[in-house]
Amino acid sequence: MTKRKLFLTALAIGMMTAAVTETALAQDKKSDPNKEQFIPVLVYRTGPFAAGGTGIPGGMMDYFELLNQRDGGINGIKLVWEECDTAYKTDRGVECYERLKKNGAKGIPFIHPMSTGVAYALLERATKDKIPVVQIGYGRTDSSDGRVFPYSFPLLTNYWSQNSAKIRYMAQILGGEDKLKGVKIVNLHLKHPYGEETKPMLDAMAKRFGFEVTHIPVPWPGIDQKSLWLQIRQIKPDFVINRNWGVSCTVPLREAARIGFPRDRIIGVWWCGAEEDVIPAGKAAKGYITAAFHSVGTDSPVIQDMFEHVYGKMKGNVSASRVGSVFYNRGVVWGIISTEAIRLAQKKFGVGPVSGEQMQWAFENLELDAARIKELGAEGLVPEIKVSCFDHEGGGRVRFQQWDGKKWNMITDWIPSYAKMVRKMIEESAAKYAKDKGITPRNCAA
Amino acid sequence: MLYRETGQIKTDYKSDMAMFPIAQDRWFIYGCVAVAVIGLPLFASSYIIEAFLIPILIWSLAALSLNMLLGYCGQLSLGHGAFMAVGAYAAYNFATRIPELNIFIVFILAGLCAAAVSVLFGLPSMRIKGFYLAVSTLAAQFVIEWVFSTVTWFSGDNAMGTVDTPAIVIFGYKLESSIDLYMFCLVINIVLFVLAKNLVRGSVGRSWMAIRDMDVAASVIGIRLLPAKLLAFGVSGFYAGVAGAMYAFVYLKACDITSFDLFQSFNILFMVIIGGMGSVMGAYFGAAFILLLPIVLNITFQTFFATSGFAGLVSNIEHMVFGGLIMFFLIVEPLGLARLWSTAKEKLRLWPFPH
Repeated sequence: MTKRKLFLTALAIGMMTAAVTETALAQDKKSDPNKEQFIPVLVYRTGPFAAGGTGIPGGMMDYFELLNQRDGGINGIKLVWEECDTAYKTDRGVECYERLKKNGAKGIPFIHPMSTGVAYALLERATKDKIPVVQIGYGRTDSSDGRVFPYSFPLLTNYWSQNSAKIRYMAQILGGEDKLKGVKIVNLHLKHPYGEETKPMLDAMAKRFGFEVTHIPVPWPGIDQKSLWLQIRQIKPDFVINRNWGVSCTVPLREAARIGFPRDRIIGVWWCGAEEDVIPAGKAAKGYITAAFHSVGTDSPVIQDMFEHVYGKMKGNVSASRVGSVFYNRGVVWGIISTEAIRLAQKKFGVGPVSGEQMQWAFENLELDAARIKELGAEGLVPEIKVSCFDHEGGGRVRFQQWDGKKWNMITDWIPSYAKMVRKMIEESAAKYAKDKGITPRNCAA
Repeated sequence: MLYRETGQIKTDYKSDMAMFPIAQDRWFIYGCVAVAVIGLPLFASSYIIEAFLIPILIWSLAALSLNMLLGYCGQLSLGHGAFMAVGAYAAYNFATRIPELNIFIVFILAGLCAAAVSVLFGLPSMRIKGFYLAVSTLAAQFVIEWVFSTVTWFSGDNAMGTVDTPAIVIFGYKLESSIDLYMFCLVINIVLFVLAKNLVRGSVGRSWMAIRDMDVAASVIGIRLLPAKLLAFGVSGFYAGVAGAMYAFVYLKACDITSFDLFQSFNILFMVIIGGMGSVMGAYFGAAFILLLPIVLNITFQTFFATSGFAGLVSNIEHMVFGGLIMFFLIVEPLGLARLWSTAKEKLRLWPFPH
């Protein structure tokens, strides 16, 4: 009897869940959908990457909330959003996209996939559905070629641009591009497509400037890197590029301290440049330098507004102590760029909710100049950006920050990438994609 | 009352050897197929098709693949994620390097490649058993991941290290809409389901089961262990390869090796255990359970908690309840959902007058 009872209970639970799901799917919005702009927000609150998966969307949602509280939305159109947790899994990301894509009066305006894997998986679906996939500071590098990838926007700076800017920065430290000759650089990268992606770029630059680059792969998840650092000690490099993610970012700092490698000669990728990456390394992290595409800290007026309008009204999405941290500010940057594009779309297509197709035009014509950035109170936080049909990156400039043991300090101004070289490689790769998929590139002159 | 085979007399060998000898079972399966072929494409939204049905069709094949190896032949493999990767990469290479090939032939070739690799890693099964075999198949996972991320030829020397799968074209018709893709998966799934069902109830399946239950006894009664085990690895690899190719071509459309990591291998194993070892239906139950339950829980909790300011709770409670339910089902029915299904049928037989 007990078994049967249990079975019946299980059945009942199953049916209840099914019923609830039904209502959840059929749930209507109470307010006027024509006065609202729906935005999907993918997050990951669990798992090894949760620091990024909460901090960045948290900052972005806070910025939306700020616009709602301070300005009453964008031109009176309130921003509403719904979270969906992907747990950093590609298939869950696809499910979230499919779940949310019909929401809002005109569908979703864009999606931030929050993971390179999800970005890849959404590329074709979103192109078919006419929804821009916005990847700020990550994602598919060669989709910067807007002729082949009309709906993909790896905005601000892709990985290749970032690496070429790193080389330019190294040249600055050494005192000129000609000094790069004979320099030894170790590219310590995660053995993962994300980690491998910059190898062709660095090889091409090594050929051009005559430096020597050694690629040392870090086996996933990269907790033990002792033998790799013995190898690095033998090579005696001038610079080490730290291209890892999550916990594997922190390990090199400790290992470098152990063998006495100067920390200010380790240049990290920006996904290895958050507080969460350096604090666990303690003193060993002091002096470590990483790339960045936005500033940190709470100095910007827009971040100050967060305290007043969002956290002051208990509307914040993360704990107030994280405001101003690297991931949080990155989310604010994402929010600013996304909402500025919505503003532009409203200017062209009329005030009201906008569709993905309209947003595609808006992202493609997005331009943030110094004056507008100042107006937004985000000076130094957001770089200038100018996107075009041809170039979906629109920036390509990087700053560098250094950890002083307590906080990140910006140590350079915006450093441009070797845009021509990067662009050539992007076009080659995009052309190959177009050939594989049978896509005829758009004519941007028309 | 409804489910009773009284009066269904088998008068010839053909009806005795039918795949579903009981008429009600047969009708039930026909009904399921009819719903899948006609009903769902007509009424299901593209969300349901893209996010639920296509993944189930793909992962049920993967689960079926491991179920044949583990559930029928008793050989544990932790390398099935990698065998799926072999299928995906092989299909990509056949499809892009020989574009004239029909997509079905591409998938069959991909399955054969995966089968070959699987047989290779199945060779140690002659000498080692149980957990030790699991560890040696675990090696397959790492070796194959390493090969695909190191030898860029396999991913078409793509600078991004990814596989951009070409569009699926059947006789000049390009499959694009979610219903097209769903039907494509469904056809492959049904064909392979029928094959598997027949394989496991025929002499091959019986020899596998004999090996599973006691390999010494099996060899005494004249089953040659090595060919039978390798055949199990081969068939299982074939199914995994086709599932991998489908996952890459239909679902992800652009993928890299991380889509087939160790977690996927574990996932397949969980599907088999939850669904029920040694049961073809179990593969479907298991895939549905593992894929759908987290999403259903997520949507449910989203409705309850999203507006109440406990956004973090939604993500965490999903994992907790999911884990709890797995334990619940394993305690209530250690033999899996398939066993629950057949118990229900037994009960139904006596209903409404159980003695």
